[in-house]
Amino acid sequence: MSVVSAIRTRDAAELPGKRDEAWRWTDLRGLIRQVPAPSDELDVSALHAGPFDALADEVLVVANGRGAAHIGVEPGESKVVALRIVSRGDGAHAARISVDVEVAGRLTILESYEGDAGGYLSQTGLMLSLGKDAAVERIVLASDGAEGVTVSQAEVDLAPGARFAQSVLTSGARRQRLETVVRHPGGHADLRLDGVYLLADKRHADLTTAVTHQAVDGTTQQLTKGVVRDQARAVFQGKIVVAEGADRTDARMGHHALILSDRAEVDAKPELEIYADDVSCAHGNTVGALDDDALFYARQRGIPEDEARALLTEAFIGEVVDRIGHEAAREIARAWIGERLRG
Amino acid sequence: MLSVSNLHAAVEDKEILKGLSLEVPAGEVHAIMGPNGAGKSTLSYVLTGRSGYEVTAGKVTLEGEDLLALEPNERAAKGVFLSFQYPLEIPGVPALTFIRTALNAQRKARGEPEVTAPEFLKLARAKAAELKIDFDMLKRALNVGFSGGEKKRMEIFQMAMLSPRFLILDETDSGLDIDALRIVADGVNALRSPDRAMLVITHYQRLLDYIKPDKVHVLAGGRIVATGGPDLALELEREGYDKYARAA
Repeated sequence: MSVVSAIRTRDAAELPGKRDEAWRWTDLRGLIRQVPAPSDELDVSALHAGPFDALADEVLVVANGRGAAHIGVEPGESKVVALRIVSRGDGAHAARISVDVEVAGRLTILESYEGDAGGYLSQTGLMLSLGKDAAVERIVLASDGAEGVTVSQAEVDLAPGARFAQSVLTSGARRQRLETVVRHPGGHADLRLDGVYLLADKRHADLTTAVTHQAVDGTTQQLTKGVVRDQARAVFQGKIVVAEGADRTDARMGHHALILSDRAEVDAKPELEIYADDVSCAHGNTVGALDDDALFYARQRGIPEDEARALLTEAFIGEVVDRIGHEAAREIARAWIGERLRG
Repeated sequence: MLSVSNLHAAVEDKEILKGLSLEVPAGEVHAIMGPNGAGKSTLSYVLTGRSGYEVTAGKVTLEGEDLLALEPNERAAKGVFLSFQYPLEIPGVPALTFIRTALNAQRKARGEPEVTAPEFLKLARAKAAELKIDFDMLKRALNVGFSGGEKKRMEIFQMAMLSPRFLILDETDSGLDIDALRIVADGVNALRSPDRAMLVITHYQRLLDYIKPDKVHVLAGGRIVATGGPDLALELEREGYDKYARAA
């Protein structure tokens, strides 16, 4: 049972739903009565430019499930690839993309989800494999349409000494799940998994991560921050498992949310499962509102209420954005956030 | 300049200001002194429009214009500035960004052109030097990790940058050692001018040695119960607030 098989067989009973523990807050089965017909093929040459095109050595487009399926980086090679996942219309489509970065290769993936106003159902599976001492930074900007349903599932396999850093930013969709599963080999491999969600109206976003530390000397840092307003709903599920014998693992997870309306909702489930003895692990989870005293202070200095809210929210989110390594992408991310907070 | 007449205000249905009247003409500095709980901070919040402070009767005008009808940011654009007793920490927002946003928002509200980045930086450097503020501190998040004295100095810096017409200093001397007090007072005195007025709210007389008031008012029981010259502050320092608290 999976989103992919539901799309292939057009059987809605194959969709995960609230009875599945890992999907209980992102119920697709209850939402989708009938799996849509396969999406039409798109004329890629007619698309507008993607948000990261100007920064990339290569631009790969996956449009309605069709297109580039592989990114390869040779030993010691270094490159920047823009990966555009484009969804148009009311159909269903799935795509599978593999990314192989060989020994000491370096890759920046600038990934964008670009939807229209259609009621599409889109699934994207990414298989990322990092060789010894490889370094990958993955920056994801998810701008789906309000009626779209999107599931992105990345599986990351790290070799010892590899570094994988990820920043996922999303404005949600009708229902959206952005999932990352990492097999962490320890051995001084280093992992960063960050997230930002900015949700308004009736949008939904689910940032789910699962990391398994399999052996000694691994580090993981996770920071997710988000804002929900109107009737939006955010889901954060972060799981870190430290297997038996994976000593000297250092793992930190933080999730902090602002709720800006009575009808908005945040569901958070941070989980640490530790089977090793000598580890340093911590998690923190907070949900709150904007500080009224700080808002009044800003307004007393002449800043109108909407701008004061945007300024304080931007500052709250900024801590995550500051961690993005690729400088130009970081500025694009910052501008993307500013537009959504002031739009 | 500022005219307050028969002001009544309540916080959570409890009446704190009970018919307060006050005139502060342009060019003058007035001090408001009073015992704890007299309504000093309430007055500063009512004048600046903080939510939760409900005006039940009375009138407040600045240069004849009704202040009570305006939002806090609109009052700021009209030139009302409150130096907070406890300035807020604004994590993630550099002091310079905050002040530039405020200055340009005020200018926009008044129909004036925005200040460009180079103009702003030039002004900020000059004012920081006057107030002996390390310019690098202005690049840090506003007030985050600052000492009490640094926060107060940052209030005066903002005041100098925003150039308000009516200044309210709420317990500005609290938390200041004598050197910091002198710097802050110099900063405030530099803003004295014939077209500005100030209201200095304080529990102790000490600040008034540095910022000389034209008039001193005693606030007790939610009203002004006595008004006099600078000597009144000295008398209060000697004899305390007892006789006024009883009168109220």
